[in-house]
Amino acid sequence: MSVLVNRNSRILVQGFTGSEGTFHATQMIEYGTNVVGGVTPGKGGQQHIGLPVFDTVKDGVLATAADVSVIFVPPSFAADAIMEAAEAGIKVIVCISEGIPTADMVKVRHYLKSYPNSRLVGPNCPGVISPGEAKVGIMPGFIHQKGCVGVVSRSGTLTYEAVDQLTKSGLGQSTCIGIGGDPIIGTTTLDAVRMLMDDVETKGIILIGEIGGGMEAEAAYWIKEHGTKPVVGFIAGQTAPKGRRMGHAGAIIGGADDTAAAKMRIMRECGIHVVESPASIGSTMKKLLE
Amino acid sequence: MNIHEYQAKSILREAGVPVPAGDVAFTVEEAVGCAMRIMSETGTDTIAVKAQIHAGGRGKGGGVKIAKSIEEVAVFAEQILGMNLITHQTGPKGKLVRKLLVEQGIYQKGVSEVKEFYMSILLNRASGTNMIMYSPQGGMDIEAVAANTPELIFKEEIDPLGIQSFQARRIAFNLGLSGKAFSQMVKFVIALYGAYLKADASLFEINPVVKNSSDDIFAADAKVNVDDNALFRHSIIEAMRDRDEEDPAELEASDNNLNFVKLDGNVGCMVNGAGLAMATMDIIKLSGGDPANFLDVGGGANAKTVAAGFRIILKDPNVKAILVNIFGGIVRCDRVAQGIVDAYKEVGNISVPVIVRLQGTNANEGKELIDGSGLKVSTATTLQEAAHLVKSVV
Repeated sequence: MSVLVNRNSRILVQGFTGSEGTFHATQMIEYGTNVVGGVTPGKGGQQHIGLPVFDTVKDGVLATAADVSVIFVPPSFAADAIMEAAEAGIKVIVCISEGIPTADMVKVRHYLKSYPNSRLVGPNCPGVISPGEAKVGIMPGFIHQKGCVGVVSRSGTLTYEAVDQLTKSGLGQSTCIGIGGDPIIGTTTLDAVRMLMDDVETKGIILIGEIGGGMEAEAAYWIKEHGTKPVVGFIAGQTAPKGRRMGHAGAIIGGADDTAAAKMRIMRECGIHVVESPASIGSTMKKLLE
Repeated sequence: MNIHEYQAKSILREAGVPVPAGDVAFTVEEAVGCAMRIMSETGTDTIAVKAQIHAGGRGKGGGVKIAKSIEEVAVFAEQILGMNLITHQTGPKGKLVRKLLVEQGIYQKGVSEVKEFYMSILLNRASGTNMIMYSPQGGMDIEAVAANTPELIFKEEIDPLGIQSFQARRIAFNLGLSGKAFSQMVKFVIALYGAYLKADASLFEINPVVKNSSDDIFAADAKVNVDDNALFRHSIIEAMRDRDEEDPAELEASDNNLNFVKLDGNVGCMVNGAGLAMATMDIIKLSGGDPANFLDVGGGANAKTVAAGFRIILKDPNVKAILVNIFGGIVRCDRVAQGIVDAYKEVGNISVPVIVRLQGTNANEGKELIDGSGLKVSTATTLQEAAHLVKSVV
């Protein structure tokens, strides 16, 4: 098991022939991911890195039965790419692109309501990996190891940090879901936590959040009621000032409820094992699972 | 991106939102000229002289005055231009006032009572839609209103299909309006929401919205933030950026495509990735230091970006040490290490201790490269080691 992506996933790469798409598609294939082709409008019928290129996502789905797509198109075209994937029947849409205008994402979120079978992950995220099965994104494959801990995170390199600790502690990962650092994202912290709670392979969950928004609190309240597995939490930005955007478009303290301190308090009250230092994420989970 | 009030009002005016007649002035003479023109065009007998800086609380700080004559306009313009305006948002150092908004006064007494309301438009992150937040308690600190009389704050969620007339009517009713003022407010709300969408704004805050004694509605103040990610399709708004209002270090960082936020601690940091950068700041705090900055060098950390990062961090005399934290994924640590060595040579005499933590792709090669370079740089591989090293220098 694992969630969202596995060895049977059939992956289309949107923005396939661009430099990002080419580089990361190659890395994904080298990892053993089942990439079945890609989409670049106007280049349909060509071959690229040994795989077919399609003009539209629909063409790609009809020809390859793809059920997952990963998006590497520039931010000004990314919202359109997400909607095209949903319309073509893609089940899991992973959007890596960073810098999509918020107004475009308001539209996307509304559009996706008509496609309840499509799940968006991201945008502005490293992607999803089920180690040993499929890597759908830009994370370095070699730091991962198949194992029993699920990871949910709004960040890229901070996730790698947690993953590295889990690998070195011998626990490994079931699936790591980078949900993204934007104010509007497809899969929320709670969505990801629920999937991992239901996954038989996952024995514990790492929840990495940051300042801004109410997603961690929402997930924490759900975990308090329905949680069945140990959860270790970390919130980045304990020292971030109010009202300043810290790199991620969504990492900004708006009020008293979305500071790191407030989120950590709520998570603790809900039974999550909150660590103050990101250096102790792996060791804390190790103790809990022993 | 932040813009000035006079720029915000030009966006509103363009979109059909009523704003007082006004213009920007850089000198006392220009201010007097604007005032004379506005008085003759509108027949107003008062003129607002408003300092234009990127911060709120200007009135309390003495940066906003109401002139009752052209002579007073000259006196106030003279006072405010060039003043160092200190407000609760500028910090103790304050901000130099370089320009003024000279504007038609709209508070004249008359048949109908003048009223002030609060109105803002922003994203509701939880629902992924925009909402209009408004209150009959305008002209004051909205956070105080929310804390003391939360029942006087109203919210209207706007469907992505667009604002509907019934919603604008509900807002006007909740603000207690009737007759002409009611219909003017309905138009105002619809135009304001249109302006928000048209500008790809991330915040509109109109405090106050004024109903004058003739029952006309005006945006008397305007705070507008624009979505940075959407600037590529708004060249006119992009040109409104005022580099004078930005922190010099942050400006240099943005010119080098670095994501930098200046803080007031004593340990600088340079990190790849925003989440890890925030986490690194937290580690500095846990180790007994205080972060001097947030700095994300992004995925392309090389000698040029690292050198720029060092230069920017070292501008701050409070910095006693620098922690470089790189998790190599696609970025190779040995390349970053070479970048650090080259940057060291380029920047010259870096007098504060530098701690470099490298992890991930080719971390060992990177560490060897730095250790063998003869530079006074301590290296670490785990976060815990890096934290201990920070502790030993602060």
